[in-house]
Amino acid sequence: MHFSENKPIYLQITDYFYDQILTKKWGDGDNIPSVREVAVLMEVNPNTALRAFHELQNNGIVSNKRGVGYFVTADAYDKVLDLKKKEFFDIKLPSLFKYMKLLHISMEELEALYYSDSD
Amino acid sequence: MLSINDLSFSYKSSTPLIQNLDLNVKAGGIYGLLGLNGAGKSTLLNIISGMLFPKKGTCSLHGNLTKTRSIETLRELYILPEQFDLPKITGDTYTNIHSPLYPRFDRKVMNEILKVFEVDPSKQLNSQSFGQRKKFLIAFSIATNSSLLLFDEPTNGLDIPSKSQFRRIVASLELQNRAILISTHQVRDLGSMIDHMIVLKDGKIVFNRSMDEIEMKLAFQTIDQDSPKNYLYGEETLGGIQAILPSYEEKSQEGIDLELLFNSIILKTEKMNDHFNGVSS
Repeated sequence: MHFSENKPIYLQITDYFYDQILTKKWGDGDNIPSVREVAVLMEVNPNTALRAFHELQNNGIVSNKRGVGYFVTADAYDKVLDLKKKEFFDIKLPSLFKYMKLLHISMEELEALYYSDSD
Repeated sequence: MLSINDLSFSYKSSTPLIQNLDLNVKAGGIYGLLGLNGAGKSTLLNIISGMLFPKKGTCSLHGNLTKTRSIETLRELYILPEQFDLPKITGDTYTNIHSPLYPRFDRKVMNEILKVFEVDPSKQLNSQSFGQRKKFLIAFSIATNSSLLLFDEPTNGLDIPSKSQFRRIVASLELQNRAILISTHQVRDLGSMIDHMIVLKDGKIVFNRSMDEIEMKLAFQTIDQDSPKNYLYGEETLGGIQAILPSYEEKSQEGIDLELLFNSIILKTEKMNDHFNGVSS
């Protein structure tokens, strides 16, 4: 498993969960791998995997049923969508705009490219 | 679990390699022991395992001095040296001879790991490659269920898939009642596995912190050459300065660059520790 140094490992694990949910590989209410299984899958310290689960729990994406394991919550998809949209507008878009400015790329140029592609 | 107090050690008449060293290791953690070549990492592991004796100070495991090499102590620790010789016997024979020392030895675990590593225990040990022999000992060490595992450069000599398998095996371990101390230069191999970073320099432990604390108190960023930001440590690279900045936030947005952190601790030992101890410079 290869991790980027630009983000804490536990947040890269939560991103993996978000991807699974956004691509509907994991549906709302689904049973998901255990902390240990995730640690093995990701080749990380079990405490790091646990921290990722805590983060997901705090964000209401997964819940723990004692003795049964972790589940995707009933409204996880909508929550992940909100979370990731916010991240897109707050972090990804500003840095994209900054780069566009540097390269003198106008919104019109982008629009033309986008519409010609989607037609 | 492991307690080292005021430990000093020197090889014949030379200047002390280890001087007044203190270290405590608790169950539940995977500790990375880092240090420059010749800093004394392997020597320290040999003292902990009872193979070398302290000149001064004590080293005890569960309250028993390891230098006495009592059975109670020997069966609770296992050391995997970087280099080793194995006798001209099969893996199965080796296991039959050595496993009775360990009361919680788990043959099933051993066989599972050997299978993952594709090591055949019915073959002669000394006729196999270094990597295969090392994997055999890794399997044995984990099967001992000893409370302290000492790994000296465990990924050296392992092929690329085996390194990945090694990480998976370590990630699957129940750590509640045991600790793993890994001496390594290969922070890229093992960085994701350790939860504590220990640095040995000038005969002492100069840094011993959890990754959580490091993540909370330091920020790793690439900054512009002409940026006025006050950083604790920086290295010039093509894209700017790779810098370690002080952080006071609960939640870090960046990961930890272990190589950069290691260099900063070796070169700016006091400055880095002052930051962690809350001393403003």
